[in-house]
Amino acid sequence: MMDFVLSEFCDRVATARAAQRPVHIRGGGTRAFYGEPLAGEGGPERVWLDVSPYHGIIGYEPSELVITARAGTPLAEIEGALAERGQMLAFEPPRFGSAGTLGGCVATGLSGPRRMAAGSLSDFVLGARLLDANGNVLRFGGEVMKNVAGYDVSRLLAGSLGVLGAIVEVSLKVMPVPRRETTRVLEADEARALALCARWRGRPVPVSATAWLDEGGAAGGRLYVRLSGNESAVAQAAASIGGEALEAPADARFWQALRDQQHAFFGRRPLWRLSVPPATPPLGLGETLVEWQGGLRWIAAPLEAGADVRARVQAAGGSACLYRHDGETGGHTVFHPLAAGVLQIHRRLKHEFDPAGLFNPHRLYPEF
Amino acid sequence: MTMDISSREQAPAYVPDFPGLLASISREVPAHCILTRVDQTTAYECDGLALYRERPPVVILPETEQQVLAVLRACRAFNVPLVPRGAGTGLSGGATPHAQGVLVGLAKLNRIHRLDPEACVAVVGPGVRNLAISEAAAAHGLYYAPDPSSQIACSIGGNVAENSGGVHCLKYGLTVHNVLRVRIATIEGDIIELGGEAPDAPGLNLLSAFIGSEGMLGLVTEVTVRLIPKPQHAQVVMASFPSVEAAGEAVTRVIADGVIPAGLELMDKRSVHMVEPFVNAGYDLEAEAILLCESDGTPEEVAEEVARVESLFRAAGATRLQASGSEAERLRFWAGRKNAFPAAGRISPDYYCMDGTIPRRHLGRVLSAIAAMEGRFGLRCANVFHAGDGNLHPLILFDANQPDEVERAEAFGAAILELCVEVGGTITGEHGVGLEKINQMCSQFSREELDAFSALKRAFDPYGLLNPSKLIPTLVRCAEYGKMHVHNGELRFPDIPRF
Repeated sequence: MMDFVLSEFCDRVATARAAQRPVHIRGGGTRAFYGEPLAGEGGPERVWLDVSPYHGIIGYEPSELVITARAGTPLAEIEGALAERGQMLAFEPPRFGSAGTLGGCVATGLSGPRRMAAGSLSDFVLGARLLDANGNVLRFGGEVMKNVAGYDVSRLLAGSLGVLGAIVEVSLKVMPVPRRETTRVLEADEARALALCARWRGRPVPVSATAWLDEGGAAGGRLYVRLSGNESAVAQAAASIGGEALEAPADARFWQALRDQQHAFFGRRPLWRLSVPPATPPLGLGETLVEWQGGLRWIAAPLEAGADVRARVQAAGGSACLYRHDGETGGHTVFHPLAAGVLQIHRRLKHEFDPAGLFNPHRLYPEF
Repeated sequence: MTMDISSREQAPAYVPDFPGLLASISREVPAHCILTRVDQTTAYECDGLALYRERPPVVILPETEQQVLAVLRACRAFNVPLVPRGAGTGLSGGATPHAQGVLVGLAKLNRIHRLDPEACVAVVGPGVRNLAISEAAAAHGLYYAPDPSSQIACSIGGNVAENSGGVHCLKYGLTVHNVLRVRIATIEGDIIELGGEAPDAPGLNLLSAFIGSEGMLGLVTEVTVRLIPKPQHAQVVMASFPSVEAAGEAVTRVIADGVIPAGLELMDKRSVHMVEPFVNAGYDLEAEAILLCESDGTPEEVAEEVARVESLFRAAGATRLQASGSEAERLRFWAGRKNAFPAAGRISPDYYCMDGTIPRRHLGRVLSAIAAMEGRFGLRCANVFHAGDGNLHPLILFDANQPDEVERAEAFGAAILELCVEVGGTITGEHGVGLEKINQMCSQFSREELDAFSALKRAFDPYGLLNPSKLIPTLVRCAEYGKMHVHNGELRFPDIPRF
């Protein structure tokens, strides 16, 4: 039998559709800042679909490395249950507050410090249930790691910002917590830090996270390197890369602040999130925080510089997201503009899945 | 022997204007890239699943991306279906030709365009063989991780189409985890790129949706893969167990203890008896099941993990334990597992390889049920199992020259897949749906879910010309298969949301 809460969601979508009112999906509301700002009121009155009442872990099999939970389940509850069994979400998703939900986490698709070593959020999605524009609940993927039956729609939903429908349930692959983690701090300027990351990338060094901060010091900055693995591998790597140890509990606090974007750098506005090929040399776009072995760079650049930022990043083979804008986007799209052919597929996909444009209109791109 | 595939929705009544189509591309595509004579095209009548055959009327083997685009535009203009093909090693009939279509082989796009040891990426044509990438990267101490058994022959374009796995994917992932970018020629004759060398690409995650789409969304003209450092050292523990259940329990204990082995394979007694005379791997013929568990990393890491695995296996009731003492011995231990399919061919005139995935906790139940089915269908079945990730490969042994054995083998296979769905698994872990498992798609998915797949296909291919009638069953087919109204054991009504 259909769960009562879920059947109420289906009714709400069907009613909104009949009344031609847009449906805005929300969970804990902690990630509402991400994406295109909500248009002002004026059109048909929006319907809020609050997914948080649909919560709870449905199944967790530590020895199968899989957890399945309803979308409204707080992320903290999931990570707490995993920690009790020595496991974790390896993509280390940011938490923006205790109310943050699994559904919001998957819909925004953001990964944290361990991204380059472990993979992205979408890499860990095994299955999902989607409440579609017809008020049906569709199930894609499953709870097994290898599954090529049908197209991989569940991974398509990762980072979709709800534009294809409301994610109501997710199965994720989980991983064991490393036996040992240690953090080293090296004095280095940005170019030197990137060169070090490149050197480690091609060798079996168990780097699980890096962060370069423009903190001054003798070399003009510091590179924080987290090593994860078993005792011997971590000890060996720590000796070979050098630097100073960042002792417990300061090390865990440092990575958590970075994961949850609480470091002072994240307070700047507007804040741009640049995704570039990790080997890209310093971009010279002002003060920068570098994560992901060079693949993720945060900068604070004024809106007027946006076009230049995007051109430089695109030339490097990357993309620039206007990540924190406080509602002022200066005429820029929040997400990096898509190539024409790719945008056309986005439009068609939106039209196929949600012909009435019901779900989260214009949240991902103004075009749909 | 061949199956009648006319019942597989392959045959519209008209004959397309092939001469017109070929004339329209004659300026762009040289004559030696076009095959139309029966003696030339017969080689393309099937892929690795030889049960399904259809001689393609036209085979085109483009040598450049421009030629691929020309072929796509012509197919679009003449409304002719197009079936892409890589190395033809697929096991689900994904590259089975269309009776009224063009078969486009991409094997000639086989250049490695760039191998960048600093960025740890390789940019390659779709026809580059999987193993050739690792061979080229070896000089830099790098390799491409997914290693399907056919890696010596299969192409990276085919790997993208099928989201191929391999024996190391529990730790190192599938194709979807190791491909950074694909360059695609669309049915509209445009080039688009999905993903990139940057860790995040803007917009919807179309790259993941494309990987595993079985050639139905676009033709791959270039692939960027991630290369990773080769582990310094690897060692295999071989363990014997008195029952399949005990071996399954041993796997559970290893994973629950926080070990992610590089490879973790289970063979049942029949498989062991099948391969041992063939390869002399030193397998224990008394064991009901054998586990192979590989550790890789630094020598110290490996030593630590091997000791841990041995003690867990012992606690789970292993009757014999042996860790490889040399690289030669490690490869010998693996040789038995890797030769399971050829060994099946040695003891049986034909074999049919299935590819279901199950939650591992149901392994004992599923293998008992398969054993019971042997009697029901009058055929033997040997089981090899990617135990770490739950991917089961039952090898159904049969003789196509015996009356009705093909049908019984197919029915046996279908019953196994239904069982996989019933225990919460899936009808295909890594071989794809293609033509072979199209009926079982009706068991695993509801009509609305199948409609969503069609919707995704239309977004890429509004004309339905790319590898049509694969993967997504029609409503009529599902009705015939008798599953339309019984899903998850419940009656369904179209106007009530289904759970």
